[in-house]
Amino acid sequence: MHPAFSVIFLTTLIGVGQGLFLALFTVESYSAFGLLPPQDSRFYALGSALALGFLVAGLIASFFHLGHPERAWRSAAKWRTSWLSREVIVLPAFMGTVLLYGAAHFTGFNPALATLPSGAAVNVTAILGVAGTALAFALFVCTGMIYACLRFLQEWHTPLTVINYTLFGGASGFLLASGLASIMAPDMTRFYAGWTLILVLLALVGRAASLLRNARLKPKSSMRTAIGVKHPRIVQKAQGAMGGSFNTREFFHGQSAALLRQVKWVFLILVFPLPVGLLAGGVAMESPALLLAAFVVQYLGLLMERWFFFAQANHPQNLYYQAVS
Amino acid sequence: MTQLALVIDLNVCVGCHACVTSCKEWNTSGQAGPLSDFDPYGADPTGTFFNRVQTFEVGEFPNTETVHFPKSCLHCEEPPCVPVCPTGASYKRAEDGIVLVDYDKCIGCKYCSWACPYGAREIDEKQKVMKKCTLCVDRIYDTALAERDRKPACVLACPTSARLFGDVHDPESEVSVAIREGGGYPLMPEWGTQPANHYLPRRKTKLRIHEDELVRADNPLKVDGKLPKPAKAEPSLDDVTSW
Amino acid sequence: MSVSTPSVQEVKKTTCYMCACRCGIRVHLVDGQVRYIDGNPDHPLNQGVICAKGSSGIMKQYSPARLTRPLLRKPGSERGAGEFEPISWEQAFSILSERLAKIRATDPKKFALFTGRDQMQALTGLFARQFGTPNYAAHGGFCSVNMAAGMIYTIGGSFWEFGGPDLDRAKLFVMIGTAEDHHSNPLKIAISKFKRDGGRFVSINPVRTGYSAIADEWVPIRPGTDGALLLAIIHEIIAQGLYDRDFLVRYTNAGQLVNLDEKSDEFGMFLRTEVPEEEGCFDPQNKLWWDRATNKPVITHTEGCDPFLLGEFRLADGTPVKPSFQLLQERVKDYTPEWAEGLTGIPAETIKRLAYEMGVTARDHQIELPIAWTDSWGKEHDTVTGNPVAFHAMRGLAAHSNGFHSIRALAILMSLLGTIDRPGGFRHKAPFPRPIPPCAKTPNTPLAVQPNHPLDGMALGWPAEPDDLFVDEDGKPVRIDKAFSWEYPLSVHGLMHNVITNAWRGDPYRIDTLLIFMANMAWNSTMNTVEVRKMLNDKDEQGEYKIPFIAVCDAFQSEMTAFADLVLPDTTYLERHDVMSMLDRPISEFDGPVDSVRIPVLAPTGECKPFQEVLIELGARLKLPVFVRKDGTRKYRDYPDFITNYETEPGSGIGFLAGWRGKGGEKFMRGEPNPRQWEMYAANNCVYHHVLPRSYQYMRNWNKGYLEWSQRSRITRYAEPILIHLYSEVLQKFRLAAQGKGITRKPPEHLKQRIETYFDPLPFYFDPLEVQATDTHKYPLAAVTQRPMAMYHSWDSQNAWLRQIHAHNYLFINARTARLAGIADDDWIWVESQWGRVRCMARHSEAVEPGTVWTWNAIGKAAGAWNLTPDANESKLGFLLNHVISEELPEGEGRISNSDPVTGQAAWYDVRVRISKVSPGETAPGLQTSSPQFEPLQPYPGQEERKSLWNFFAGGRK
Repeated sequence: MHPAFSVIFLTTLIGVGQGLFLALFTVESYSAFGLLPPQDSRFYALGSALALGFLVAGLIASFFHLGHPERAWRSAAKWRTSWLSREVIVLPAFMGTVLLYGAAHFTGFNPALATLPSGAAVNVTAILGVAGTALAFALFVCTGMIYACLRFLQEWHTPLTVINYTLFGGASGFLLASGLASIMAPDMTRFYAGWTLILVLLALVGRAASLLRNARLKPKSSMRTAIGVKHPRIVQKAQGAMGGSFNTREFFHGQSAALLRQVKWVFLILVFPLPVGLLAGGVAMESPALLLAAFVVQYLGLLMERWFFFAQANHPQNLYYQAVS
Repeated sequence: MTQLALVIDLNVCVGCHACVTSCKEWNTSGQAGPLSDFDPYGADPTGTFFNRVQTFEVGEFPNTETVHFPKSCLHCEEPPCVPVCPTGASYKRAEDGIVLVDYDKCIGCKYCSWACPYGAREIDEKQKVMKKCTLCVDRIYDTALAERDRKPACVLACPTSARLFGDVHDPESEVSVAIREGGGYPLMPEWGTQPANHYLPRRKTKLRIHEDELVRADNPLKVDGKLPKPAKAEPSLDDVTSW
Repeated sequence: MSVSTPSVQEVKKTTCYMCACRCGIRVHLVDGQVRYIDGNPDHPLNQGVICAKGSSGIMKQYSPARLTRPLLRKPGSERGAGEFEPISWEQAFSILSERLAKIRATDPKKFALFTGRDQMQALTGLFARQFGTPNYAAHGGFCSVNMAAGMIYTIGGSFWEFGGPDLDRAKLFVMIGTAEDHHSNPLKIAISKFKRDGGRFVSINPVRTGYSAIADEWVPIRPGTDGALLLAIIHEIIAQGLYDRDFLVRYTNAGQLVNLDEKSDEFGMFLRTEVPEEEGCFDPQNKLWWDRATNKPVITHTEGCDPFLLGEFRLADGTPVKPSFQLLQERVKDYTPEWAEGLTGIPAETIKRLAYEMGVTARDHQIELPIAWTDSWGKEHDTVTGNPVAFHAMRGLAAHSNGFHSIRALAILMSLLGTIDRPGGFRHKAPFPRPIPPCAKTPNTPLAVQPNHPLDGMALGWPAEPDDLFVDEDGKPVRIDKAFSWEYPLSVHGLMHNVITNAWRGDPYRIDTLLIFMANMAWNSTMNTVEVRKMLNDKDEQGEYKIPFIAVCDAFQSEMTAFADLVLPDTTYLERHDVMSMLDRPISEFDGPVDSVRIPVLAPTGECKPFQEVLIELGARLKLPVFVRKDGTRKYRDYPDFITNYETEPGSGIGFLAGWRGKGGEKFMRGEPNPRQWEMYAANNCVYHHVLPRSYQYMRNWNKGYLEWSQRSRITRYAEPILIHLYSEVLQKFRLAAQGKGITRKPPEHLKQRIETYFDPLPFYFDPLEVQATDTHKYPLAAVTQRPMAMYHSWDSQNAWLRQIHAHNYLFINARTARLAGIADDDWIWVESQWGRVRCMARHSEAVEPGTVWTWNAIGKAAGAWNLTPDANESKLGFLLNHVISEELPEGEGRISNSDPVTGQAAWYDVRVRISKVSPGETAPGLQTSSPQFEPLQPYPGQEERKSLWNFFAGGRK
């Protein structure tokens, strides 16, 4: 597939936003149960604002993908069948929740609505947090499923796609949270760093699994099934257009296999060991700069990872667009 | 329930591209048009077409087959492009099974094209909406046209009548009979899309000459006395036997 | 999806001209703009179908390559630079008529009119003849004249609009050297039906594309060796006795006795019962058979007699004689399948099998139709029978210097199988069959060219003997292209491919004005393109152009128009009247004569004027007799008026159109002019189809009823039977002259050997002349071209839709051949012949014979030509093979056209090349372009700007 930059930015940016929100609410939940010291609501408010910023940036990026952005509202219509439609519903719902969550923290409007048997109070932010968490995960599922549901794109058609979207979003969000904490809530830094490490490791496992899986994929379609002639040697000579077509622009990355391999190794380094190293250094040296650098490095890596995610996907239609003459 | 479709006979398709340009011609000024062309007089001209003819070589010299292969939307019975569309712009008509795009609803997200394994959809880079073969829906029901003309433009144009059009759900239709009797097959059956369009394979006519057909009583060489006859002077048993 | 209701919708019928096929079309207009062009279902030729070209007519009509104003080369600018200033038609006409009047008053042959793939030879030929110049021809000489001449000199008819395979009833169809066909849609319709009916289709071609793709069997053959294959098949057919003896006896000259007295002036001629004093152009029935029953010579077709086809006999006077079939058998004796295998690359077993398939199918699947007819000798037949083996061939067979004899071999094979004008075989189309050769003759002396006089004879004709040649007393050519000279005696379509070279060199003489209509002689229609472009621009010591004045009429800006001094903007086919005339090349069907017309559906764009109007205007200004009244005033208002009222002779009743003649349109072929003739064509799908009675539809060479009908209708002058020439006396007459025998003219010394060798009365195989003149170790590969179906016979470089399908071209090379040469798929390579080289891209293929490379022809264009941008694929990536093909070959001290020595057919496909990878140092990677490249042309005044985005929607915006 031709990597679409709008989609690369959309998925990575909202991933950060989702992850960051989850990181915020994780801490709030821990503190609700007294497992962590309570944090200043400014931390949550600012964190939510940051998360919302990423979500809005992602949403803006997504508009660049559309031929008719002014009609984007129509895309909520087919939520019964289309994961894209579902994403279109869930994303704003999540954004709204994040906004309310942040606003509640910011304004301090956080009355307890109920009390759990354990004695913990269920206040507004907890409800919003739970809802936001559910929506964040729903959004990961929707985003992932947009790709995973396309059964012809065998590289994408696996639960690993959803898992990896979730883990990458989580890891990058928690990494950003580590940085944020190092500035606003230094006592949380190690907590976040720990979770970041776990998520990065899980993401590494997930991504490695998908890389291994994809390397061993056998394409289900072949020239034989594409044109229905039973012969092992079928070679295209002409595709019916010589100046290119939508089919050659949309479904081919147009780069060499060597570049693809290089991108793979670079993203593997940028997403996993390098940020982990910077994270460790940042924690050890209590350096917000290093922690933020870790995030930036990983985000760059994620952009490359997403580029690779597209480029590696081999659409069966490409069988029909191999040669001109 | 009706399912309109094309049946494309690769046995007679000579790759002339008549279906390609007649389709472009009809549709650019039709309901589905205009079909834009970029750099039509410059480097790498590229435009929106609903139908393309491709060429493949099968086998190795001298046992090579050259296959001309027209490809347009297959109007799948289970069209994977339809459910993924977030707006409902992409839809399959209940009454005749034609898969269409409502340009007014299309947001140009291209997601449906990703969901089509055949590469049958093309975004119109000018109008920014997804376009595809409509089976000339603006012809086939137009009662202002003569009945013979109520067919897709490509079908009417095809000089080898390699394109048949009709209802594949009606077992007695020309297309159903052709599929049944001509070994019609769908493309990429592995995806379960159940394309309504089918292709008919190459069929070979061979001639077997028996050796004894070359030896005949009415061989004209006989008339001219030219069937191989030994010369009288050649040795024979007559020369050496006397009993 | 909503569509606003367009204000005016109309459907008009006319005839397509996107190629030479001439299908009936319906043009749908919205608010005066073309919305849709589809096939006319009521038209006999295409029956409603239409091809890729026809469907792209809109893009032709609105092409930015269109010329819209008369243009004069800017003073001081070079030819080829394409710098023009617009002038008025009045200026254009006065420039032309002044110049032409001077030429006509002094030496009319200094005006040369050569036309491309037009369909108005009846008018252009008439104009040239009236002007008085012998220098006129259309493009046939560089197209496929071998196919016309080889077959017409053998069976009195040929393929395309002359005749064709009867696939309706054939069981076996053998196609040779055909990628796409002149008669394209009808052939597609027929092949498809044929295959569906279970017929077997064999294609013999070095390349498997187009029609060959759907053949049941592809027989790859080395280019130029078709003659060897056909002769070997004939060998096998005769050896196995698979020929149709009855057919040969009655309908061919197989049984006629040939004089084999080497001392006689009549050596190699048929014995005649009287001194051969033959009136007219037909075969008198005065030859002899050797009767089997009485063992004596008898006059042919004597009732109750049956001749020997084989054997040798002696007349009472001791003259040794043999039936011509015996000579044919002797000729092919050594042409065994094993011999042919070495030349053609086709296994001997395959050749034998093909021969058996043909022979056995012809013999055992005979068709019998209950149609009674009477033959020329008065014998009544209850049925028409046919042997269902059909053939078709095109330029793959024709465009070789040995093509004439290969095609003679094909026509003879078809005759041996008994398939001429019979069901399931080959069938004629009116006005064919014609006498062998047809009656039209050129003058045979330079005295026919006189100032201020029409040419005394036709500019093109059908020589029957050396005295028919158009040469002077020394045997030197009268025509600029040397047609009908001893160099190419039977060049019945002229040699357009040598006009520029000859005129530039002044051999045989200089000319003054060259008028080219619709031919790209500075590009794909010329060989040796780079040099020919220089010739067009070359000046003598005085600084005068060697070709002093060049006028070009075309609808589109092209490489050729750039070299013109004067450019005349023609209309498109949708803006003009035209006739597909019985006097030219009509669109007849097997069942009878058909002619047709074009009627404008749009007004001319800009100042465009149909070329016919230009000729009629010039004719009137020059006072050419047929175009003016006695008092010298203009006779015809315009072209439609000319068509309605012109008669070949006053009162002849024969005009350009055969349908609806007579005062009320009640007559056909002959009749007084009908003032409402155009309306009647318009009301009848623009076509007139005269269906013959069934008994006149077959065996027309010898069908008394048909021949008499044809004579009455003045399609032919004679009603004599047209016996098939297995053995060609016409050729023998030339050979005898070369041997110094007889009383006819004799060839000049240096051409005697050539005439004696190539004017063999029986077909023979020889390596193509260029191959003989090539070191084939150095240049081992044959290089040929094909035209893609979507652009066949069309000017399609500027068509916005078609050029998306074929934007540039590759050289196709058999993958094994390529790998041996170290060439990978997509590599840039050099293709080099002994004449030049081109750089292009390689494409591996398994569908080409290993000794052949090929490409799509005429995709490559000069930068900026056809108003494409200078960086368009056509010029930057596409290439033209013509650069490596020479228009001449060395011959003794001098040079001679690279053509068939019999017919002057351009030998496009004889070139031999070698291929090599472009070394990395030769151009920067990623910046590779094809080579040679030329200075980009700029748009001319009056040309529309080319769009960078075109959102075509007829009738305006939706």
